[in-house]
Amino acid sequence: MRRTATWIAVAAGLIVFGLARLPLERSLETAQQSAYLRAESLNLGLRDQLGQLSYAAALSGFRSLVAAFLWIEAHTAWEQTAWGRMAGLFRTVTSLQPRSLVYWDLSSWHMAWNAAIAAYQNPKEPSEFLRRRAEREYQLLGKEFLEQGIANNPDRYILQERLGVLLRDKFSDHAGAAEAFGKAASMEGAPPYIKRMAVYELASVEGKEQEAHEKLREIYDLGPDERKPRVLTLLHELEEKLGIPENQRRVPVAPE
Amino acid sequence: MIRRISAIGAVTWTELVRLKVFYFIVIFALLVIGNSFFLARFSFEEEFQMLKDIALGAMSIFSALLAILASATLLPKDLEDRTIYTILAKPVSRFEYLLGKLAGVFLLVTLAVILMGGVFAIVLLLRTQIVLHATAAELGGMPAAELQAALQKVRAAGYDPALFSAGLVILVKAWLLAAMTVFISTFATSAIFTTITAFAAYFIGHLQSTARDYWMAGGDLGPVAKIILALVALIFPDLQAFNLVDGVVTGTSIPPGVLFKTLALGCGYIAVYTALAAAVFQTREL
Repeated sequence: MRRTATWIAVAAGLIVFGLARLPLERSLETAQQSAYLRAESLNLGLRDQLGQLSYAAALSGFRSLVAAFLWIEAHTAWEQTAWGRMAGLFRTVTSLQPRSLVYWDLSSWHMAWNAAIAAYQNPKEPSEFLRRRAEREYQLLGKEFLEQGIANNPDRYILQERLGVLLRDKFSDHAGAAEAFGKAASMEGAPPYIKRMAVYELASVEGKEQEAHEKLREIYDLGPDERKPRVLTLLHELEEKLGIPENQRRVPVAPE
Repeated sequence: MIRRISAIGAVTWTELVRLKVFYFIVIFALLVIGNSFFLARFSFEEEFQMLKDIALGAMSIFSALLAILASATLLPKDLEDRTIYTILAKPVSRFEYLLGKLAGVFLLVTLAVILMGGVFAIVLLLRTQIVLHATAAELGGMPAAELQAALQKVRAAGYDPALFSAGLVILVKAWLLAAMTVFISTFATSAIFTTITAFAAYFIGHLQSTARDYWMAGGDLGPVAKIILALVALIFPDLQAFNLVDGVVTGTSIPPGVLFKTLALGCGYIAVYTALAAAVFQTREL
């Protein structure tokens, strides 16, 4: 009789404690999610990619550990130049650890640079058209990694900067690059050179010369430290192009 | 009372140490040190990221295993050896006995986490110093400002004060698991049953928040599903709340308020599981 009473008391205690901690747990979950400390739940699609054992491990609180081992596997795939397998592993790793900038950044770099060049130089594919198309597909995949990484890390500037570099170097999209660098420059912790890179790209966009000139002047007016050779050259070129009167020019003479 | 609990705790600690449980620290050290040599092939950012992933992941695994396995054997072993009768024949209450046992496991887990954290900190510190020297040698000819920026980047990738907070959360989670396992062992009939049930509770605990969210959201769930989800949400601990390592290894810091709330929740669980264990153990026929 006494044992039954104890068990009823224990069960009641568990339920009461459960009800009492519910609001605290929910508020803690929200606080942890706001601080980017609690990732989204794993989806079923990831189970197929991971396999049962790794999925179970990831569910048990070892996401970062599983991600690290898969990253090493991706590195082995890189040594074997198995680009398709790498792409699949990168998708899984970044899904497991969406807040890791290193994983997003390097996944994009491997795809847009290494895999794209390897695809273009593929000796087994005689058609240049097909090689070019494969190269572009890998570059787009690299861009996709960065865009997804930015969506998961809207508070960090690094991936925005990398997107700017990718758009500039692989897509010759100066307007897009200027926008990406501009967003990166406005974020906390961004080094000052990113602001200059945004203006450099803007200066290459047709019809944006006036805006680029104004921003270059702002940078020039910040002081001698910001008057880098490229700033002076571009400012002079734009002043020439826009026909700025001699007495209003910051750089009237072409820099050496 | 404190003296009696400390005495039982010290004996429990000695018994556990004699089981040579600290051998796993050697495995941990080999894993971390071995990996650090292998990871030197990667860029320093990848290397530090993976070193943290593997070391903190291994700390979580080993501390959880140690907490569950050490706690699961406590009561069944004393019952089997009949030691419990000798102890309880003395002026020691069952509550004090239970607290002493738990204190011994807590001490063991704490030392294990400190040792693992120490090995990890030394390896991370050494690898950071090696990369710093290599970077300084490689970029020796660069302007001082750029060199300092590069070195700062290496330091930022290596050192992170949030790692200490992550270690603290791992420790509290291990204590929680120990308290939960002791609670299970007070009504379990064998060590195997306790171990299996504790591991099942560990897995379910990591899904508790999902069950809770579904239950709270309501939706089109049937009454049976609602009852099952409610029971999971109310009975099992939310172990995902203590799984902050994934965020910390990516450079995210734990705000003091969040850290305090997490630790407070952990202490709450420990207190309640210990109280429930004491209540069940009080009426158990020995």
